[in-house]
Amino acid sequence: MAKEINILGIETSCDETAASVVADGKIVKSSVVASQVKLHERFGGVVPELASRAHIEKIYPVVTQALEDAPIKIEDVDAIAIANQPGLTISLIVGVTAAKTLALATDKPLIAINHVHAHLQAAMIEAESIDLPAIALVVSGGHTSLYDCESALELELIGSTIDDAAGEAFDKVASILGLPYPGGPSIEKTAKNGNPKAVRFPRSMLKKDSLDFSFSGLKTAVLYHCQGQDMKGESKVSEMSDQEIADIAASFQQAVVDVLVAKTKRGIEKIKAKTVLLGGGVAANTALREGLQSMCEAEGKKLLVAPRSLCTDNAVMVASLAYHKYKAGIFADLTLEAKATS
Amino acid sequence: MSEKDFEIISDSVEQTIEFGKKIGALLKGGEVFGLIGNLGTGKTHLIKGIAAGAGAPDMEHVNSPTFVIVNEYSGPEARLDIFHLDAYRLDSIAEFEALGFDDLCYRDSVVLIEWADKVLPALKDIDTITIELSHISETQRKFIFKNLPGYLSGLDQ
Repeated sequence: MAKEINILGIETSCDETAASVVADGKIVKSSVVASQVKLHERFGGVVPELASRAHIEKIYPVVTQALEDAPIKIEDVDAIAIANQPGLTISLIVGVTAAKTLALATDKPLIAINHVHAHLQAAMIEAESIDLPAIALVVSGGHTSLYDCESALELELIGSTIDDAAGEAFDKVASILGLPYPGGPSIEKTAKNGNPKAVRFPRSMLKKDSLDFSFSGLKTAVLYHCQGQDMKGESKVSEMSDQEIADIAASFQQAVVDVLVAKTKRGIEKIKAKTVLLGGGVAANTALREGLQSMCEAEGKKLLVAPRSLCTDNAVMVASLAYHKYKAGIFADLTLEAKATS
Repeated sequence: MSEKDFEIISDSVEQTIEFGKKIGALLKGGEVFGLIGNLGTGKTHLIKGIAAGAGAPDMEHVNSPTFVIVNEYSGPEARLDIFHLDAYRLDSIAEFEALGFDDLCYRDSVVLIEWADKVLPALKDIDTITIELSHISETQRKFIFKNLPGYLSGLDQ
């Protein structure tokens, strides 16, 4: 049996600081996400909100924990992978600097990963084989993107949002309805008791052949529904019954799902896809999973969805995708920089 | 409204973007815009136009930075470096300053901040152009501009 290839992956593109060791792109040896561990034990106090954004105080304990959990020594890792784009520059820089430092100190190869591509890898990680090409949908707080996927490493962006991301629309509509943050889970929970046909919210499809998305009109439609046409009065949400709020949540969620499913179907037709991939935080939404599943069944396509534990930001997806680059001999050097946009 | 303030009504998303383009084309660099307005008042669409007018490539994909907090638009074609910020998710001025806000403001950059009302103390010492956006009807929006520099004063013609 060939020697296992162990890759240390690091992810700091937005809110989460994460590190993971994955063997051969599939075997998860460890996965640490800062918000899930009691890091205060390691630096003797509560983590200030500021540091959670800056990542600086979390990166060392998170990487150390990932190596300890695997368990593996840094000297025995085969490569170090970092999501260097896209994201918030000051966040990305922390991970990029840490990864470059580790690569230099241990003389290990460095692998640069696109964070959004890694979300799709999360959908492929458990599959034995995949019929390509695939149409790949990433839906999260920051992204709503469709890719033509010819292989794990060959991804072409063919559609994305022109205003709000789907996950952001969930958050903002939750705030309109007075539901707690994060909006994705709270809308989903509230929508369970609602009628998705109660309110007919708009489905923005843009031009006939467009694969781009637009969700700001839907958000505004919910706002006008709750506040009245002249926007002069107070929000009516406080006077609404739980049932009315549930109906609005369900109707809004259905509108988002309908648009995502319709665009994915257009994408299938455009690239003659055999498989559909779904990743990103909103991929945890059951209505979306079910909507895509029934469309895929009708179209005779296979749907691969990221496991729920790998939908939100994590480093498993980074280390897993890096394995494909390792095998292909695609490495970065120490001039690697963080890039806000990809 | 003082005499120097300037008000405009937009009848559609398209008009908002076109109006933004006019502003963007006149920018010289070094401007900081603070946009203040509720959900759905057109902040992102106005910025989409301003960024396009200032030469940002791929206007279609100038989109909301609520989640990622800062979008950067630059490229070989862009005249100016454009930073599109969103304070919606920020909890404190310290967080805003920790983004490196000061480093984003320079001679050849334009900084556009959505939900600027959440970070006003951080903006009080710089010459911020304020845009207040509000709903008039489902499609109409009102924009009030404050502290416009002289070279942007021809916008109402």
